[in-house]
Amino acid sequence: MNATQVIFIILSAVALIGALGVVVSRNLFHAAIFLVLSFVGVAGYYVLLEAEFLAMIQILVYVGAISILIIFAIMLSRRLMSPEFKARNEQWLWALVAAAALFVVLVVVLLQVNWPVAQANVPDGTLVELGKAMVNPDQYLLVFEVASVLLLVALVGAVVIARER
Amino acid sequence: MQVPLSWYLVVAAALFCIGLYGALSRRNAVAILMGVELMLNAVNINLLAFWRHVEIVRGMLSGQVFAMIVITVAAAEAAVGLALVIAVYRSRRTVNVEEVDLMKL
Repeated sequence: MNATQVIFIILSAVALIGALGVVVSRNLFHAAIFLVLSFVGVAGYYVLLEAEFLAMIQILVYVGAISILIIFAIMLSRRLMSPEFKARNEQWLWALVAAAALFVVLVVVLLQVNWPVAQANVPDGTLVELGKAMVNPDQYLLVFEVASVLLLVALVGAVVIARER
Repeated sequence: MQVPLSWYLVVAAALFCIGLYGALSRRNAVAILMGVELMLNAVNINLLAFWRHVEIVRGMLSGQVFAMIVITVAAAEAAVGLALVIAVYRSRRTVNVEEVDLMKL
């Protein structure tokens, strides 16, 4: 057990405790705070996987933007956070069984497959390569443009849907 | 590189199943969206773990690009989804998905 593995276990605890808090806590506001904790844990994974740029995006987009958006939505529908409001529907037990069964199946399959793992170090300048690949017509330029159009459509769509009539 | 690939996969599977349980068992639409976000995060961990352990040997970057696109789509989904929640709350005074059954026979 070396330092990296210890860090991995700590990050796992952060991410999984956050995720459990999201689904368990009755107060939606607490759930949103746990969600932020889980996102931070996942950002730590990205650093561990040497994808630092993705870790920064995770912090910016998830921790900075999406959780603020979720907290706004909770505040705007705040009346429903009353204690007598049941947090779970009546099929929650079946949902628990289904999720646990899926987890067992996934872990059994994952540990049986012989993944083609190879030892290699991340080369220097991956971020530069990534930036070039995103605007290279032979690589990911189309994907990049479609993503920007998608964001624009989502922006306009969100404004139209949420507009007061 | 001391953390084996399978550790990442197991943790991501756990995160995905927790998110699935949240999305299936909650009554509040915002809480369901939070479960979906957890599931998307688990998928991203998988994408980057495979990129780090398998694809980087071939010098490709599609794992990182794929994860970035997933984050973009998640942001768009959160914006539109929460706008829908606000619109539903405004017209029906509820965000409980069981009471939003206008299209049910």
